[in-house]
Amino acid sequence: MFEPLGGGGEFSPRIREWDDMQAPFEIRLEKIEEIIEKYHGDREALLMILQDIADIHNYVPPEVVPLLVERLGVRPSLIYSVATFYKTISLEPRGKYVINVCTGTACHVRGADKIMEALKEKLGIDEGETTEDLKFTLEAVRCVGCCASGPVITVNRETHGGLDRSSALKIIESYEKEIS
Amino acid sequence: MATLKNSESLDRLRESLKERGERGARLVSLCAGSGCAAYGTGRVYRALKEELARQGMEGDVEVKLTGCHGFCEKGPIMVLHPEGFFYPQVKEEQIPEIVEKSIKGGELIESLVFKDPVTKKMIPYERDVPFYRLQQRIIFGNNGIIDPTNIEDYIAVGGYSALQRALFEMTPEEIIEEIKRSGLRGRGGGGFPTGIKWESCRRHEGERYVICNADEGDPGAYMDRSLLEGNPHSVVEGMIIGAVAIGSREGYVYVRHEYPLAVKNLTKALEAAEEYGLLGRDILGSGFDFEIRISRGGGAFVCGESTALMASLEGNPGRPRAKYVHTVARGFRQNPSNLNNVETWANVPVIINRGADWYASIGTENSKGTKIFSLVGKVVNTGLVEVPMGTSLRTIIYDIGGGIPKKKQFKAVQTGGPSGGCIPGQFLDLGVDFDELAKVGSMMGSGGMIVMDQDTCMVDVARYFLDFLKEESCGQCTPCREGIKQMLEILTNICEGHGKEGDISLLEELGGMVKKFSLCGLGTSAPNPVLTTIRYFRDEYEAHIRDKRCPAGVCKNLFHYEIDPDTCTGCRLCALKCPQGAISGEKKKPHKLDQDKCIKCGVCYDACKFGAVLIK
Repeated sequence: MFEPLGGGGEFSPRIREWDDMQAPFEIRLEKIEEIIEKYHGDREALLMILQDIADIHNYVPPEVVPLLVERLGVRPSLIYSVATFYKTISLEPRGKYVINVCTGTACHVRGADKIMEALKEKLGIDEGETTEDLKFTLEAVRCVGCCASGPVITVNRETHGGLDRSSALKIIESYEKEIS
Repeated sequence: MATLKNSESLDRLRESLKERGERGARLVSLCAGSGCAAYGTGRVYRALKEELARQGMEGDVEVKLTGCHGFCEKGPIMVLHPEGFFYPQVKEEQIPEIVEKSIKGGELIESLVFKDPVTKKMIPYERDVPFYRLQQRIIFGNNGIIDPTNIEDYIAVGGYSALQRALFEMTPEEIIEEIKRSGLRGRGGGGFPTGIKWESCRRHEGERYVICNADEGDPGAYMDRSLLEGNPHSVVEGMIIGAVAIGSREGYVYVRHEYPLAVKNLTKALEAAEEYGLLGRDILGSGFDFEIRISRGGGAFVCGESTALMASLEGNPGRPRAKYVHTVARGFRQNPSNLNNVETWANVPVIINRGADWYASIGTENSKGTKIFSLVGKVVNTGLVEVPMGTSLRTIIYDIGGGIPKKKQFKAVQTGGPSGGCIPGQFLDLGVDFDELAKVGSMMGSGGMIVMDQDTCMVDVARYFLDFLKEESCGQCTPCREGIKQMLEILTNICEGHGKEGDISLLEELGGMVKKFSLCGLGTSAPNPVLTTIRYFRDEYEAHIRDKRCPAGVCKNLFHYEIDPDTCTGCRLCALKCPQGAISGEKKKPHKLDQDKCIKCGVCYDACKFGAVLIK
């Protein structure tokens, strides 16, 4: 669904307590300066700069936009345009663990939707949402290139293959234990 | 490592590496491709290292993490050299036995050996496994041998020798002529002759760019990922040769952010190539300068389209433009730009090394060489398969792929990703090449081959692809943005049991319109999955619309499960597995399914060993 960007209010982050991870939430501008420096302030690297910011904060806090505008010499509209066009960028806070259920064709014919259903039920959130406690974000990804091992999910950078309903639930439980 | 100053010093390095390799030391190669890694290569690797350390053998045994071997279904894969023992599906608890018997004693452990699922025969060596035996792995073969993070491994198997030829023995025109004569066509989907593309890019004045398309967006295809992860130098070498031929000083690889290992291994490869003097200024003392940069894509399918990819490289949203002016004339930064995909670049060194005549002897009249397919879905041996162009679907799916699991019926094979189509059983003897696939309404695409069986609903598959494309449409042009959305709405209605008479012809009409008037390749090919499924599986559409029934048991509103009292043995397996507690019955007596509790998750259907759970 297309939602026009007005006033910037839609993207103000909901600041919430986040266990010991990053609480209290703070944007580390010096880190972001470092990232911009790494790409020599090249505006062509905008997407990669946003990806690197997301690697630190798990999302791109809209508060960084003015800094990017200044350093890269681009308009804020371009930054929002790029950030909303590409799927790997989120302007809203995401969970400590981002679960991506692969819904590529190979995983689809092997029952990816059943895995998705089970995880939605387990976490009590819909696709694209984050749990209240900011522990998990549930997303669908169009193919992670592990097609032979489908159905596959990735949790942050780890890949789990050959899943069914119960093994997928077990994996989520193991991450839950890691947090608690 | 000191920079290689000239061609002779690279020759000398290669010779010394070969000598070292021939000493026949004990080597364990463990597949660390993404498929095997998903099955736990990391755990096996750690266990092996620990066990070797415990036994004080770290110095005597080299453990090499290689790229993808292709047989991803059986991961993690381990091969023991020098014997060549092949152990599939290795688990960490088997490591002590492997170290004790096979590594120390050189003995084959029969219980770990691969058994042919058809003949039940034991096959101790990788080369004899039917999955590999029928392949011709000229591009993919080195993946399982070399450590992708070690440039010397690649040099030892002849790596960068094609670059030496291109720099010191051939003129740019001769390189282009060689590629043209080889008949190489773009492996990314379009199948455009590579040599002709290079030639026309070279003709245009300006700062020319050489770009590698590694934005492998087709769901179900992952050969580019495996090549970049497992043999990145072959792609880098291909690009440098392309740059020599085209006359370019700067290259880019546009790779998906979702492929972290590919990015990592490629980054290492570029650093190493630069360190060795194979990239950068004055390559091997030839006076030729060339550098390659990496740009990470953001997970937009449309960025696989050339103009969209270049817009993305420039730091903009990846929206395509109309191609009145081709990218070879005005592409990246408004300069002449030559874009080829990963697999195409990996073909280049092979052609330069072994000659156009040899290469053109493989394949069919208009499609030369080999093609890597990702054979996935409902097939016994899933994985990456490299075969000569023209190999029949039957050979690929049945002889290499081992057929359909659980004795189910083959229904269709989907090729070409969201732009391709579904090919039914009557065309199984079709020789797969660019033209033959187009004739039956599908396309080569990047080589995804998704096998579907009787449990796959073709209407749902069409709906699935349109749902994908609706999300991925960039939204610029109306036919694609609105047309796909309307078609998806009709298909969703059909899948939910609200289909009406006339829906099929409306889909055909809309599909024809979207095909004709969309701006870029995404739109013009988007209706293919719908149109081919209507063409070959019209009866399934009709069953959904007229009888409100989904014969494959996928569309939840259009079927229910029943337990056949005559075949049910009362083993209780389904009752134990049912997450809703909807199945009841006494042991050894036919069970009953409570339709009110059933959520149609299919757990009982998959669990039953006697085929007693029926789709009604």
